Amino acid sequence: MTPLVKLLTVKLVAAVFMTVTAVPALAQTTGPLKIEITEGVIEPMPFAAPAFVAQNSNARQLAEDLAAVVAADLIGSGIFREIPRAAHISGISNFDAPVQFSDWKAINAQALVTGAVTLRSNGQIAVKFRLFDVFAQAALGEGLQFVGTKEDWRRMAHKVADAVYSRLTGETGYFDSRVVFVAETGPKNARRKRLAIMDYDGANVRNLTDDASIVLAPRFSPDGNKVLYTSYETGMPRVFVLNLNTMRRRALDDLPGMTFAPRFSPDGKTVVMSLSEGGNTDIYTVNVASGKRSRMTSSPSIETAPSYSPDGRQIVFESDRAGSQQLYIMSANGGEARRISFGKGRYGTPVWSPRGDLVAFTKINKGRFHIGVMRVDGSEERLLTASFLDEGPTWSPNGRMLMFFRETRGANGAPSIYSVDTSGRSLKKVAIQGFGSDPSWSALLK
Amino acid sequence: MKRTLIGLLAVCVLALAGCSTGIPDSGANAGENFKQDSPQFFMASVGDRVLFAVDQSTLGAEAMSILDAQAGWMMQNGEFSAIIEGHADEQGTREYNLALGARRATAVQNYLVSKGVAAGRLRTVTFGKERPLEICSTEACWSKNRRAVSVVSAGGTS
Repeated sequence: MTPLVKLLTVKLVAAVFMTVTAVPALAQTTGPLKIEITEGVIEPMPFAAPAFVAQNSNARQLAEDLAAVVAADLIGSGIFREIPRAAHISGISNFDAPVQFSDWKAINAQALVTGAVTLRSNGQIAVKFRLFDVFAQAALGEGLQFVGTKEDWRRMAHKVADAVYSRLTGETGYFDSRVVFVAETGPKNARRKRLAIMDYDGANVRNLTDDASIVLAPRFSPDGNKVLYTSYETGMPRVFVLNLNTMRRRALDDLPGMTFAPRFSPDGKTVVMSLSEGGNTDIYTVNVASGKRSRMTSSPSIETAPSYSPDGRQIVFESDRAGSQQLYIMSANGGEARRISFGKGRYGTPVWSPRGDLVAFTKINKGRFHIGVMRVDGSEERLLTASFLDEGPTWSPNGRMLMFFRETRGANGAPSIYSVDTSGRSLKKVAIQGFGSDPSWSALLK
Repeated sequence: MKRTLIGLLAVCVLALAGCSTGIPDSGANAGENFKQDSPQFFMASVGDRVLFAVDQSTLGAEAMSILDAQAGWMMQNGEFSAIIEGHADEQGTREYNLALGARRATAVQNYLVSKGVAAGRLRTVTFGKERPLEICSTEACWSKNRRAVSVVSAGGTS
């Protein structure tokens, strides 16, 4: 077998480079092991991820941690189930030795992820992994190697998990991604807010702004380099754009009145947002480069929370033009809008899925809040959560997961960020210190 | 719609019971200690805030009488301007509540202008649900958080 060596460079945000090299697969891919992501109930696929092999003794902890992050990523998707280490008959002590498939078959692990870590003298780490279809006794795809700095070890684990996810589902993953959100501190009647950024799983939280003025609802640009948000630094709500490379911020435009609820168009050239003037809130678009603005709606009702379709041709938004908060879709050039929400209660904060098929929303009915999804024609509404206050969904890059925030009731009420898959099965709190709200999920990192 | 009606009824009952006027309880007495042309007097004796029913921005009779007093005070104290802050309770989405707060602040502004206060002395800002006064999660607190507050100061509005 001829070793196939692929080289591609991966740019990290901190301008560090990781190289990806293929290691030879042990066997040809045969009958493909595949899990189909459907919206119904599916049986999670059992997998085993034994500790990665430490190629030098000081890489042992790293080897443990890498395998643990890969496993946590896969479990969190709701479509994989880990066979616990305690049940393993054997481990993997030599990355290149033939796999004892019978040991993994006996514990019903359908997929097996093996890995090896080398800590190099220059401080870089190299992570190799292979994915096996246990019952077919064959490797699934080529082995891959990621090289990067030690600080980036979690990103390398996420990249391994993304590769596993993508090989087993046929879809792109979402683990190597980030989330901007509002970090909150202090009591409910004197809350302080600042923008922060974290890995999708809550690791590596960093503050982006101070908490001198109220900041709300950050939104990533499609390329992940900029963040739109609403700030009260001028005394009233106003849309700002923060460049994550330079950390410089500027007011997006000089519209009179109050602006909020901004989102980028899929090409990143336009921002759609709300302008409130004389008590009336309507939707406008603003060209990011020129500042040129166009009015999209003009009715005396509240029009807000606009979100583009992934092809940039339509905008979903909320309006109370029919007497209560409901969802509508209009052309990205404005004009006639058609209502898509017809269930009981009020609907707000619509967000178009990056797959184009669904709109996620917040629903308020009988004093309860829900995160839900519906098809873009309004059919097949499914409520995924219920609580005193669930709000503000944001899509994972592959459109299979949602994040939102949940605020607890009462005088000590406070918000936390949660994730859930589009079937509602895998609801999970994102582990961060302190309170968090208004999450916005980035595209997959490059 | 049903919920809105219940909310309206709740506010009316509270109004009949004479509570929740938005003026601090000690208002009448405390006001005597402040000069008539001070923001403290405005807050304590005139009444700096009006309350709204769930998801509404229309002014009730009680709100109008407070705003009549505010307009009277503004007319007498021409050197003052006001920023009207619109607020919502926590039972709504963030963006919608920002828009709702703007509606409430503007309802107050329009009323004061209709009573003769020069529009140039009034400015509005919405805080949505960002600045609750009361922190419990029941109607007792929510009814006080659905408010528009006139913050007066000597000099221009900006």
